[in-house]
Amino acid sequence: MTLLLALAGTPRLVHLSPIDLIIIVFYFVLVLAIGFYLKEQANTGEDFFMAGREMTAWIAGLSFLSANLGSLELMGWAGASYQYGILAAHWYWIGAIPAMLFLALVMMPFYYISKTHSVPGYLKLRFGEPSRALSSVSFAFMTVLMSGINMYSMALVLKIVLGWDINFSILISSVTVAIYVALGGLRSAIFNEVLQFILIWAGALLIPILGLIEAGGWSGLKARIATNASAEYTHLWSTLGRFNDNPMGIHWTGIVFGLGAIISMGYWTTDFLVVQRVLSAKDLRAAKMAPIIGAGFKMMVPFIVILPGLLGLALLDTKLVGETQAIATNGHSYNEVLPLMLARYCGPGLLGLGITALIAGFMSGMAGNVSAFTTVWTYDIYRALIKKDGSDAHYVSMGRWSTVVGVAISVGTAYLVMDFKSIMDYVQALFSFFIAPLFGTVLLGMLWKRATSAGGFWGLLAGTSSSVGMWAWVKMDPSALRYVALSPYARDMAENMYRALWSCLICAFVTVAVSLATKPRPDAELKGLVYGVTDIPSEAYVSTLHRPWFWAVVVGIIFVVLNVIFW
Amino acid sequence: MKRGGSISIWFFIGISLLVNGLLIFGAGVYEFFHPPVKQVVLYHLHANIWWGGILAVIGAAYCIHFAPGKGRV
Repeated sequence: MTLLLALAGTPRLVHLSPIDLIIIVFYFVLVLAIGFYLKEQANTGEDFFMAGREMTAWIAGLSFLSANLGSLELMGWAGASYQYGILAAHWYWIGAIPAMLFLALVMMPFYYISKTHSVPGYLKLRFGEPSRALSSVSFAFMTVLMSGINMYSMALVLKIVLGWDINFSILISSVTVAIYVALGGLRSAIFNEVLQFILIWAGALLIPILGLIEAGGWSGLKARIATNASAEYTHLWSTLGRFNDNPMGIHWTGIVFGLGAIISMGYWTTDFLVVQRVLSAKDLRAAKMAPIIGAGFKMMVPFIVILPGLLGLALLDTKLVGETQAIATNGHSYNEVLPLMLARYCGPGLLGLGITALIAGFMSGMAGNVSAFTTVWTYDIYRALIKKDGSDAHYVSMGRWSTVVGVAISVGTAYLVMDFKSIMDYVQALFSFFIAPLFGTVLLGMLWKRATSAGGFWGLLAGTSSSVGMWAWVKMDPSALRYVALSPYARDMAENMYRALWSCLICAFVTVAVSLATKPRPDAELKGLVYGVTDIPSEAYVSTLHRPWFWAVVVGIIFVVLNVIFW
Repeated sequence: MKRGGSISIWFFIGISLLVNGLLIFGAGVYEFFHPPVKQVVLYHLHANIWWGGILAVIGAAYCIHFAPGKGRV
């Protein structure tokens, strides 16, 4: 991220032809047309905030995944794979697939049966108003900030890649997102996310195909990387035995327990930005299938994100460097690998589609943040704390206006980030503070009926506070890294993994301790919210091919095979 | 997803792929007959022709299959 900030002054990477511009303009026209078309279908609160709860598993699943393909996902992870090799794929496989399957099979029934509108809404039902207030205010605050960062990132990328003015890009993207989300609500956001998902694949898939042809297939790619960098860059697990044996400075325990068990579980199962898409499914089976479908496609995303980074490492004549060196030498940075590969293979038309894919990725992330903010603001803050007796039409109106206000705040954040660039790093750190403890709270709430309201609230507060505390400790005293991340060699990513692990464990410990010391709620009040006292609808009448469990096993097997192949 | 007489999302996707595919295909054909001075790597494979063609065919199939009024979701 800071890398892109620093490179804003470099010359543009590609030049667009008129046909490329037509493709980009057509994308914006289509996105707005969908928003206007769907306005008529967003009249009630259920329509506007939950897309009528009538999405099929495929649409909910692709939208669930697409909402995560925003921000610097495409360019950032392509750059990370150039820098760290195939280790970056952990964020797509062990850092996503187990969590998505866990959401589908274990957690989704409780979210769906409770008929909650949001994750903070579930906390209200399970732990009471204080827990909801804590999570909803922090979520709303962070979401608009993240949306602003998305917006600024997109504008910056367009400046770097195309030479476009930052103000122009912010204006166009913010107005477009505000219009189509305010008009059609979550349904419009979901429709556009599915469209954007398809465009991302259509625009980016050609790079790995042509890259592999040029490199001489996978074996040729590995041979070139072994020459240009090191053979270790193409191994997922074999270099993770020691912190200083791999370019990421991470140990396998950080990847498995920090990333796989805590950070990804927290993100994919409790971040309302993604969970909201699944809650829009038409029935419980569709809601369970959606994350499984998303997981299937998530496993393939490295093909258009990680592989281009590796191809860049193998094929580019220019050596990409870190931010400081790139600024000093006016060279190209790691994060530019994707547009560089795009320019390498794509002529007129294809280049426009590739750039559209990048813009689509940013817009879907931004729209995802804004639509999630709108729901949490309207249902969990405005209706819960400010105006409890409004009509449905009033809340829909509030939803539309809060979309516009949310986008406006995001624009303000984008300019704030522009002036105070370190804010970006702090906000991203702040966002991570809430995810890991929230997972502990929600998981205990769903699986342990003895957890009490006081336990949930104090556990969440303790987990969040401890995460902030550990982060501040390392900031003030870098040598504390040996305690927080278990090694003085740990890098930022490794520190994040372990901080998440400790904060989740602290949250769980405090939740259990306080719960055991306080009076539990009667079982009757927990029906539909907790395992053991909730009747989960049987799937006995459904054929094997239509059962979520069957497809989860299929996805799980492919996941294991991929990890073994690239071991 | 569609409701009542509304249009399926897959139809919109079909429109997008069809239009983009035709534009890319057209640009590829033009390049084939008027080769640029500065060519991309693997230019001889004419990726924009076949990739544009693939997108256009898939887009057309979606447009037909999910055309408004056919009752598909």
